[in-house]
Amino acid sequence: MSDIPAATERQLIDFVVHEARLLDDKRYEDWNALFTDDAIYWVPLVPGQPEGLDHTSHLYEDKLLRDLRIERLKSPRAFSQQPPTRSLHLLQTPTVEPADPARTGEHRVRTVFQYTESQGDELNTFVGVCWHRLVVENGTLRIRQKRVDLINSDAALPAVQLFI
Amino acid sequence: MAPSYRDDPDAIRALVQPDRVHRDLYIDPDLFALEQEHFFANTWNYVGHDSQLPNPGDWIRSEIAGQPLIVVRHQDESVRVLMNRCAHKGSRLVSAPSGNTGKHFRCPYHAWTFRTDGSLLNMPLKAGYDGTAVHECESGRGLATVKNVRLYRGFIFAKINDVGPGFDEYFGESLSSIDNMADRSPEGRLEIAGGCLRFLHQCNWKMFVENLNDTMHPMVVHESSAGTAKRMWIDKPAEGPKPMAIEQFTPFMSDYKFFEDMGVRVFDNGHSFSGVHFSIHSKYSAIPAYDAAMKAAYGEERTARILGLARHNTVYYPNLTIKGAIQAIRVVKPIAVDKTLIESWTFRLAGAPPEMLQRTAMYSRLINSPFSVVGHDDLQAYRGIQAGLHASGNPWVSLHRNFDEAQVGQPDVTAVGTSEISMRNQYRAWARYMTMAMGAEQ
Repeated sequence: MSDIPAATERQLIDFVVHEARLLDDKRYEDWNALFTDDAIYWVPLVPGQPEGLDHTSHLYEDKLLRDLRIERLKSPRAFSQQPPTRSLHLLQTPTVEPADPARTGEHRVRTVFQYTESQGDELNTFVGVCWHRLVVENGTLRIRQKRVDLINSDAALPAVQLFI
Repeated sequence: MAPSYRDDPDAIRALVQPDRVHRDLYIDPDLFALEQEHFFANTWNYVGHDSQLPNPGDWIRSEIAGQPLIVVRHQDESVRVLMNRCAHKGSRLVSAPSGNTGKHFRCPYHAWTFRTDGSLLNMPLKAGYDGTAVHECESGRGLATVKNVRLYRGFIFAKINDVGPGFDEYFGESLSSIDNMADRSPEGRLEIAGGCLRFLHQCNWKMFVENLNDTMHPMVVHESSAGTAKRMWIDKPAEGPKPMAIEQFTPFMSDYKFFEDMGVRVFDNGHSFSGVHFSIHSKYSAIPAYDAAMKAAYGEERTARILGLARHNTVYYPNLTIKGAIQAIRVVKPIAVDKTLIESWTFRLAGAPPEMLQRTAMYSRLINSPFSVVGHDDLQAYRGIQAGLHASGNPWVSLHRNFDEAQVGQPDVTAVGTSEISMRNQYRAWARYMTMAMGAEQ
């Protein structure tokens, strides 16, 4: 396992910033292409939630479900998007964390964020910590898991319509 | 000038006609305040599940229409429902969602203590009350308790006021949906598991409750989500295995005929379920280890009967709705005339393989989460009504679909699945329980 391609700290940080930028620019297909085929995009329901199958989450999405979310937004009958929501990710400088020894070849990046959705006259802000598990595949960085820990994940929440 | 509904039960009854209801039910803040005070106190409401209180002293915080409650396992193993309000100055006794209090509650403000049946145990510097009237008034008697409490297959219901029918008469035959959900456990037992999704809705609570047996909306409202899911899988062989998510989404796109044939059954006091004959949950792939466990427990024939009953939503009017076939429930918490919290809970079927809870957790995540693409479009519809009803020119909401005079007032009716009978039935009960004790109090 010594031939794992490495990524520099700069590359990892730039990647996370770029990922958020794609979302805020609504380039969802480009965003989805950042994930590996087996990747999961996850917003747990409770702090420290160990997994996403035996416990409900806000969102626990493989490629199929991410594709569905993206395709839905193209529908003229996505009624909840009238008017369309805009999103903005405000990121603290990501930090590269010690890799999980059980997951060879993965990089772990932690990013404190403030995420805002605006629709019509409404503005909703969500705060938390985002964890990226990143791997190098065919020479490029890819997301194996994006986990978004909201500080108030177990609180009563309004609708969150786009991609946090 | 707008009429005042307080002390005018006739004006309230006039808001509900056999085939339509007045918009004030959804948008009038005074009516909302009266609902909190009267309607929810006169009806049986779900307050928690037995499996959340395994040991004496275990408690959960709950509420009925804004009234703070403690649901607690008393020392004698019975479940008690107490007002979460210190008998002294009114402080909440517990503030966390759940815990174990041992043999008594201790108020965090002045350390008055109460047994888990609510009775007063002690207060510091007791001599200071010598010669006062405290022991002759409410404060000396301990916590206010809810007397009308009933457990049914683990579901805990409470009624704050003493008026109105007892539990069995109130729910009647509608309880068969809870039976079916519990029977789906090979041990006949449900356990709350998998967390609670809490989704704030900017609408009146009635829009949500109505919608659960509204079978004319799924193919319209959910075209962008369920319709897209269906389209994404359309090229795949029809008989081949489908991902569970596709299996759960696509039946929402069933046609009008499907929902018509599904059937709806309504009961006295506002209860109803759709999916009398089959439902959107009928065609989920079998989970072989589960079927084997069921057959081992119940035998072939009874298993087929239990699993063959795949009802859609059952509304236990007013605050509980359940999906027995998927082991998920939604609890309605009205906060303001235009604000409602929907809590979605999931259950483990005791004795069933883990895939069953995973299927339940997925369904709840896909449909009930604040991030749900299905829920977003439902909420958009409710919010649309909340805003639209402020228009002048027509103060009435139409519930005419398949109206039949002969069905009015019957305690148990099965109708075509696309009928609006469940809503008409809800509002008849609403008017009755809203006004039941008006004029009786001081």
